[in-house]
Formats: sequence, C-alpha cells, structure tokens
Amino acid sequence: MSTAPDTPDTRAIAPAALSGTHKTSGLGLRPARILLYVLLVFFCLYYLLPLYVMVVNSLKPLGEITAGGMMALPKDWTLAPWGSAWSSAQVGVEATGLRPYFLNSIIMVVPAVACSTLVGALNGYVLTKWTFKGATILFGLLLFGCFIPFQMVLIPMARMLGLMGLAGSVPGLIFVHFVYGIGFSTLYFRNYYAAFPTELVKAAQIDGAGFFRIFWRILLPSSGPIAVVCVIWQFTNIWNDFLFGASFSDFDSQPMTVALNNLVQSSTGVKEYNVHFAGAIMAALPTLLVYIVAGRYFVRGLMAGSVKG
Amino acid sequence: MGFLDIKQATKSYGPVQVLHETNISIEEGEFLVLVGPSGCGKSTLLNMIAGLEDITTGEIAIRGRNMNGIKPADRNIAMVFQSYALYPNMTVGGNISFGMEMHGIPKPEREKRIAQVADLLQISHLLDRKPGQLSGGQRQRVAMGRALVREPDVFLFDEPLSNLDAKLRVDMRTEIKKLHQKLGTTIVYVTHDQIEALTLSTRIAVMYGGYVQQLGTPKEIYDNPANMFVAGFMGSPSMNLFPAKVVEDGGRPAAEVSLADGKRAAIPFANGTLASSIGRDIILGIRPEAITDKDGADRNSSSVHLVEAPVEVTEPAGSDTFVVSQISGKDVTGRFRADVPVTAGETFKFAFNMEKAVAFDPKSENRIA
Repeated sequence: MSTAPDTPDTRAIAPAALSGTHKTSGLGLRPARILLYVLLVFFCLYYLLPLYVMVVNSLKPLGEITAGGMMALPKDWTLAPWGSAWSSAQVGVEATGLRPYFLNSIIMVVPAVACSTLVGALNGYVLTKWTFKGATILFGLLLFGCFIPFQMVLIPMARMLGLMGLAGSVPGLIFVHFVYGIGFSTLYFRNYYAAFPTELVKAAQIDGAGFFRIFWRILLPSSGPIAVVCVIWQFTNIWNDFLFGASFSDFDSQPMTVALNNLVQSSTGVKEYNVHFAGAIMAALPTLLVYIVAGRYFVRGLMAGSVKG
Repeated sequence: MGFLDIKQATKSYGPVQVLHETNISIEEGEFLVLVGPSGCGKSTLLNMIAGLEDITTGEIAIRGRNMNGIKPADRNIAMVFQSYALYPNMTVGGNISFGMEMHGIPKPEREKRIAQVADLLQISHLLDRKPGQLSGGQRQRVAMGRALVREPDVFLFDEPLSNLDAKLRVDMRTEIKKLHQKLGTTIVYVTHDQIEALTLSTRIAVMYGGYVQQLGTPKEIYDNPANMFVAGFMGSPSMNLFPAKVVEDGGRPAAEVSLADGKRAAIPFANGTLASSIGRDIILGIRPEAITDKDGADRNSSSVHLVEAPVEVTEPAGSDTFVVSQISGKDVTGRFRADVPVTAGETFKFAFNMEKAVAFDPKSENRIA
C-alpha cells in the first residue's frame, strides 16, 4: 500500500534536500562552521580561565606566585596549599583551616534543603489539589516572599532568632534558610503539580488513601524532576549565601562562605594566595558536584512542566 | 426504594446552580447512563455519587444508606476515569492492589483477587509493567481491573471510552456490556456519546442545562422523547425536526408542511391525539429511518404516507443512503436502502411512517403527541 519511499520523485529530492544540512560532516567542515567552532572554543577557554588560574595557583608554592607568572603551570607541583586550607590555615582566631566551617555548611545546608523542599512539595500539593478559599492570595504572598531583598529581613530575623534562642547557632541558620527557601520551593512544586492530573488524586481518594498517603504514595514518587530542580536551586543558594551566614552566626557556627572570607581577609603578614585559591575551590566544589550529578535532571525538570501539558 | 437513590439532589457553586433538583432511583444490577452535552451536570452528578463533590441539598443513598457526608472510600464504590488515572509510579499489579491495600486487605487475599481480575480482563501478562508502557486499550482494562477488584456496590464510569480510537471504543463498549451481563453489577456511566448510552444502558438519564430532561429505558428515550432536546440529542443522524401546522385532512388531523418546490403537503397523523388542536403550529419530529422510499417503508406500519418532494442531496454511506430534502425550510434526512435509485435535483416519493412521528410545542419544546 505505502510505496511512497520508492517513487522516483522522492528519491530525486531526498539527496538534494539532505546535502545542504546533515551530510556536511562526511564532506569535511565548511569554513563558516570552522569559524563558529573556533569562536566557541575561544569563548569556552575565556570562560574557563579563572578556574584555570585558581587550580594552577592552588598547586604551586607561594614563591612561584609572588615571582609572577600567574598563568604558568607549576614548576614544583604541590598539594600543601590544599592541606593548609583544609586543616591548618589561620581562619579568624584559631588555625583550624576551613574544615570545621565546611562541616558547618554541610550541617546547615542538608536539613535546610531537605525541609524547604519537603514543605514546598506539601504546599504545592495543597495549593493545587486541596484548594481552599484564599489559596491564590496565599500563594501570591509566598511568591512575594521570594522577592523580598535579604537585607530587609535582617533585623526582624535577628530579633526572631534571639527570641527563639537560636541566635548565633547553626540551627538558627538552618531555620533562616528553611523559611526563606519555602517561597521558591512552593513556586516550583505548585507549578509542577498544577499539571499533575487531579483525577489521580480522586482515584486515590476512592481507593481509600488519605491526605498524606496520597502525597507520599502518589505525588512524591512522581516528583523526581522537580525535586531535583528544587534541591539544586536551594543547595546552591544556601551554600553560597554570605549575608545570612555573616549576620546570624558566631565564630563556631560560621558557614564556609564566611570562613573563606575570613581566611582571605584575616591573614596577617604574607598573603598566601595559593591557600586562598585552594580554599575558594573547596567552597565551590559541593555546588559543582551537585550540578554534575544532577545537572541533566535539572534541564529535564525545568522543561517538564511545559512539555507534559 | 431502589438500590441507588438520588432524592432531590442539587449542586450549587456559590450562586450558580449547576444541578437542579434531580430524582433518580435504580435497582440492583441496572446500568444507568447519564448522557448529555458538556456542561450539562452529568459528571457533577457522578462525582456527587462518588463523594468527590458535596451535595448542596437533597440526598444520595446506596442500599438505603444515606451517603451525604460519607468519604468516597467508605461508600463501597469504584470509579473508572476518563484519563484512566492509573498511578504512574506503580506497576499494573500495584495499581490494582492499591485500593485493597488501603482498605487493609491482607496480602495473600489481595494477590488472589488480582489474579482473578487479571484473568477476567486478560491482563495477566501485564501485571509487572508500568502504565506508561501500556497501550490505550490496555490502560482501560487496568483501570477497569482496579475498579472490579474492589467488588463494590456501584461502579462509576466517567466517560471511560472517550480517549480510545473509534474501533477500540466499539470493542470496549461490547466488552463492558458483556462484563455487566456476566457480573450483574450496578453501574452508573457518564458519556456524551448517545450511541454508547443507547447500546449499554438499561436506563438512560438525558441531561441538559443541569436538569434531567428524561429518564427512561433506551427504547422509551428513542421512540418517545419527552422534549425537543432529547429528540435532537439521541439518535444519529438526529431526529428531523421541522415546523408544521395541524390541519384537518379527510376527517383526521394532519401535519401541513411546505416543500422546496413551493407546494404544500398534508401528512395525516397515525392517531387522533391532535384532533382538538386543528390550526395549531407544531414542530414535527420524525426519525430518518421513518422516512424512506415506498418499498423500504415498515410493512407493519398502518400509517405510511407518500409525499412527493424534490431531492436536494444524496449521501451514500455504504449500508444506507441518506437523502436530504427541504421541508418547511429545514433539511430533512431520510435513511434509504443503499441501492435505491434517487438522484439529487429530481422529485421523489418519500414514504413517511407516521406511526413513528412525534409532535412538539414550538414554545415550550415539550412533547404534545
């Protein structure tokens, strides 16, 4: 019945139509394309240059940096700056390295991300599947919370933390980031669940599942992509936050960002650039790792709402 | 009191009343179809029976038990949704088992029942797959399996076939009917497809604008529509409705109509119901299969009347040929046998089987004869 591919007409047209676009790789690169790639490679290198400088200089002795040649590869490769930055550099008063502050950041970021994501998912679930009078207004207010500048809430938040007895502690920071994260995570999950078929919730209701059972058994297992987006977003924001960290922490509860600042600022005498570079990379590694591990889900998650319809 | 009783039930959203006072009562084992165009309130009524929507006033009772305020899960009902609503993260087996799990049925019992239902619906080989890996028809079966396994008092179907392609829809329709005959369960089925309604049901509620327009057996609905909406909505092609005037013709009431060539024709009614209404304007309703050629007319009918009228269009449809003529300014379709020689533009003797004709009041649109 279907003989279309073999008719003379299509055979004649097909190669001509293809040669212009797809078949170029077989015939070698054309000048325009080469130029394009050269340009792209150039921008790529330019963009990676700071990272190169950081990595290279964190692996050479201080002498090589002060002697100039910031762009050169190390003559004498060494991991000593990394060791120093991690466990023995002078950060603030004591020579502890960044290790305790790195741990502070981890202890802060994990519960804050987990809680804000979970609460955001719950909010999204309620706002789309159990709507009530005023739900839209409430969602609007939550959204508004996303766009309040951090500086505005510093003083009220400090007062709140004081009243709750959480001032200057890691739990205090967790609380701040958790609360601040709810706005965005709610936005993500609400929009994701809005496209989630309500009939599934109805079916589960008839099957006898209650409010939380539906959430745990039906919605959450289907929220993979958006959960990844939310986790990456929250993780990056909370890990990289400096203002709240600097405002609401004591010496023993400072997060990595603040400690890095102290490391760079407080060094008396010679500035150990190689140690600073190593420390800066350490501070950036966790977010980098999250992106590498979950990055492909990130794009997929951002697209999910629009494609699924 | 029936098995499922809907007593004076209404539904309002704020000031908007979407379902006006509705009374329906069906017996155990009946197949009730709620049919109507979109927005007529049929799905709302179904959701009210399911408990997914509150009842504003009135009462819904299943097995004599008032269901107002009772959670969907505790009504002993099961529902099949238009989109199937299969849980995408669970296997077919998991989907079927979920409801039983929620109702605390022990695992060995669950597995036994899953096997039975899977066998009945021929989906045993699919139990380990995810819904995303199934075809439309298979999903439909799984959705029905999920409902069947609960062994509920009432099955609720919300347009279950409208997502399937035309052929599969007809097959599944037959299967649902077989299933109903085999299991004898009580079913409430929502559809906008009048063919589904006529083929499946033991009783039909035709709904429009939040009102039940007519409740009756398929035959009652088809042959004796209560008003013009029901007449026009049920049947395909739909019933011909055209203006006529009641006149007296040979001592009997007849419907006088104007033909496309400017002539007038009086078609006598089969009975004298309208004898007292001489001179009244009516809307005459007559189904396409009651307008044929002379030889194709129903031989058992004692009231076949021939009218010579110009043929406007013929539409051969394989098994039948639809012949269109203008009567009183409306296109009137007759269903002819396929090989009847009719040509557009010529005049032809149409045979009207007036035993099947009905008359409506043009203002109230209600049936008068």
